[in-house]
Amino acid sequence: MLTMSRYPNESMGTDMPETAKNGPRVGLFATCLMNVFRPNIGFAAVKLLEDAGCTVEVPDSQTCCGQPGYNSGDFDAARALARQVIATFEHFDYVVGPSGSCMATIRHDYPALFEGDPDWAPRAEALSRKSFELLSFLHDELGVTQAQARLDAVATYHDSCSGLRGLGIKGQPRALLAGVEGLKLKEMQDAEVCCGFGGTFCVKYPEISEKMVDDKIRNVLATGADTLLGGDLGCLMNIAGRLKRINAPVKVFHTAEVLAGLAGGGGIASEPGETR
Amino acid sequence: MTSAREDILKGIRGALKRGPLDATQQSALATRVPAHTRPAIDEDAVERFVRKFESRAGTVARVATLRNVPAAVEAYREAQGLPQRAAVGAGLKSLRWAKGWEVHHGAAGSDEALAVSPALAGIAETGSLLLASGPDSPTTHNFVPDDHVVVLEAKQIVMHFEEAWAMLRARPEGIARATNIISGPSRTADVEQTIQLGAHGPRRVHVILVG
Amino acid sequence: MEIRSNEFKGRAVFAIHDASLQQALGKAREGFVGKRAQQAAELPEFEQLREEAKALKNHILDHLDHYLERYEQAVTAAGGQVHWARDAEEARTIILGICKRVGAKTVTKGKSMVSEEIGLNEALIDEGMEVVETDLGEYIIQLAHEPPSHIIAPAVHKTKDQVSDLFEAAHGGPRKTTVPELVDEARRMLRDKYFRADVGITGGNFLVAETGSSMIVTNEGNGDLTQTLAKVHIVTSGIERVVPTLDDATLFLRLLARSATGQETETYTTLSTGPRRADDLDGPEEYHVVLVDNGRSRMLAGRFREMLRCIRCGACMNHCPVYGAVGGHAYGWVYPGPMGSVLTPLITGLDNAYDLPNACTLNGRCASVCPVKIPLPDLLRELRHMQHQQEITPAMQRRALKLWRFAATQPRLYHAGERIAARLLAAIGRKGRIRRLPLASAWTDVRDLPAPAGRTFLELWQGKRGKS
Ligand code: SF4
Repeated sequence: MLTMSRYPNESMGTDMPETAKNGPRVGLFATCLMNVFRPNIGFAAVKLLEDAGCTVEVPDSQTCCGQPGYNSGDFDAARALARQVIATFEHFDYVVGPSGSCMATIRHDYPALFEGDPDWAPRAEALSRKSFELLSFLHDELGVTQAQARLDAVATYHDSCSGLRGLGIKGQPRALLAGVEGLKLKEMQDAEVCCGFGGTFCVKYPEISEKMVDDKIRNVLATGADTLLGGDLGCLMNIAGRLKRINAPVKVFHTAEVLAGLAGGGGIASEPGETR
Repeated sequence: MTSAREDILKGIRGALKRGPLDATQQSALATRVPAHTRPAIDEDAVERFVRKFESRAGTVARVATLRNVPAAVEAYREAQGLPQRAAVGAGLKSLRWAKGWEVHHGAAGSDEALAVSPALAGIAETGSLLLASGPDSPTTHNFVPDDHVVVLEAKQIVMHFEEAWAMLRARPEGIARATNIISGPSRTADVEQTIQLGAHGPRRVHVILVG
Repeated sequence: MEIRSNEFKGRAVFAIHDASLQQALGKAREGFVGKRAQQAAELPEFEQLREEAKALKNHILDHLDHYLERYEQAVTAAGGQVHWARDAEEARTIILGICKRVGAKTVTKGKSMVSEEIGLNEALIDEGMEVVETDLGEYIIQLAHEPPSHIIAPAVHKTKDQVSDLFEAAHGGPRKTTVPELVDEARRMLRDKYFRADVGITGGNFLVAETGSSMIVTNEGNGDLTQTLAKVHIVTSGIERVVPTLDDATLFLRLLARSATGQETETYTTLSTGPRRADDLDGPEEYHVVLVDNGRSRMLAGRFREMLRCIRCGACMNHCPVYGAVGGHAYGWVYPGPMGSVLTPLITGLDNAYDLPNACTLNGRCASVCPVKIPLPDLLRELRHMQHQQEITPAMQRRALKLWRFAATQPRLYHAGERIAARLLAAIGRKGRIRRLPLASAWTDVRDLPAPAGRTFLELWQGKRGKS
């Protein structure tokens, strides 16, 4: 059930609340997957940030954080992308993205990539310090404790690896979700174990990935939850895609969609419904 | 041709981008005193030793003085249905055994059923016995028989490993050839992670705690 | 040991479909992970100890030459002999030399990963010696003619039924079906071997420079019987296993059992210092240590020095979801799982193990439990970097990366591509998903692909808010 099922573009009126104009200036990092596959998460992120008093901008000179190159061993390509991200976002107060994975790349990997580089290392360090994953930013930096949303569902939460181990995201989404009316959270076994996505891993080693996502899904289904939540679209696409393939009736949403009251329709890999 | 030893050391120094350490550096390392964190323990050492040792399927009987040890061994023997024969470490030579007992102080042979050994220390931290090999306590006693009885005096129990090492170092003969730290009966979990006692070493380890 | 790491993909798929293996792996995973977590939780100092262990290992590696020389002096003073081996072959030659000199017929062995690394058993058997593995797990896989699939639980891939079969075939009937019966049978079979052994070979968890002692940590007592009852005791160990003092070894002991088997301590921790002494009633007449380099000093030079901190606890593989899915044999050499995926290419050559650094989601669970805090995912990524630079990666992948870089560094082009992709995929999608996509079959063979709604976020955003 949905209580705020508006078309995201409508919910994001151009008449921004006055307070927002005085809050921190946040550059939204629009991750590649989100941009193509699930714009709704982007709008959810904007709404949550604006509700928390931020001024949000989405610079259009951004593309990818460079992680595909970095994790494939092409460090030069990763640096090229990192320089682009740094130049695009360094004049913001913060850069925030709805993905633990991309934001961990900016926070942890950029400084490592430019270690010893007199020009870029300081800039990478500076950006690293003000880069945050969305939910941890809301909770830890802005002190948001309560989300104004409702979702009648029994949900279980998958801890995506980069967010969990790279950025220490564990309690924040749960704390925020606890305030969502009608939502019951049921922990699954091995919530912290990788779902088998791993970027290009899932297409390089599809059989292993399949085994891993099946293990994950077994744990999801064992909770009896009707909804799966998480903070990284890559993992969510992997799990949702597999759930659909085996016809398991579990809806999948990004946590931000729920918190923003934008968790409409059947979720990821389902009929787009009102978000078309 | 250079020796493997020289080559390896050269390789290491090459990797560390330096030559051999000079005398000052060497003596600094020689006098280095490790001060690693020891687990804080808020429990009586003897109590903890017993609790931990028993938690790993070891058994403990307490007696007042060393003179009571043979009787305690007899009680254990009887409970286990063993013959009145034991390999006893010469460190316990002074014990007086009741009539009928056949005791020797040699190494344990393949048919040895019971051995009685003196411990050098008990380590409360993990509930472990420390036995130092030598004529007083042959190593075979610790591993060959099915039943191993170890005599430990309460005052030998220390809290942490580091104190037990100090006791070992302080012996006139220094470090033993074999220093065995024993934390219960032998066990294995190699078949489906099922813990099974008595893998290759003793099936039972019984401590007679004196004092 | 033969390297079959380049067969990883095929062996992994095979493993996933092996029902017995999956049953065995499932059990192991639950046991190891739960028990370690409990031990870590019960020791408030655990994290502090990990930090200190990392620092101590770094200190040792910084002064490795010094501590090895000190160790050698102390071993010699205790009447033992230290041998240095540059590589596997040299190590085998040294050990074979000792065995032949004493006319060894029966050689008993405690568990030693270094002896696997140098392919010792085959060499001894080729010389006509009887080699008996005495660790129950090692004994099982020796009967099965298989390499270990785990560094601390070598037969973790075997179910009880399979062990029953192996024992029945080797020892004759009646078939034993319970764990106590099986363990008892192995105990009986091995007893007399210990007493008959001419040479006993063990590993060395730690080599203590202060005292010249080798230290082994076991649960079964087989290592102790091996090294006490044989006429000659040979220790094989990597050069990185030296520690300055007993107090230093203690720091690692506090972490090892907890990380490995989830025990507070293993049953036996034994220090061996030289051969039998004048008044000793038992113990080996000769005591040798073979220090094996085999690529380690090279590792010390660069980015991979951190790997030399490894104390071989196995926690990384116990927590690795890929290891948990495919087991140890898929990795194709001696060391499996995360630590093996780093060590194998470094020891055996980058192009002998292409898949190992790649078959990892970089989820980081291994590093989060490693007692000496080795950044395993970073090291795996570094190996990918080396593969990329040395053009060992498939040409297709390198072309794709080039194309991606070209597009992604030009935002307009990239966004145009994203818009086209979003529209195309939306057009193919039915009910919000795509069931088959020829160019992305590796994805769609396993799972549906969520279909985009048609327009990208940036497009929609600009439509509403204008350019920022
Ligand atoms: S890498 Fe770390 S976790 Fe893995 S075996 Fe070595 S010490 Fe243990």
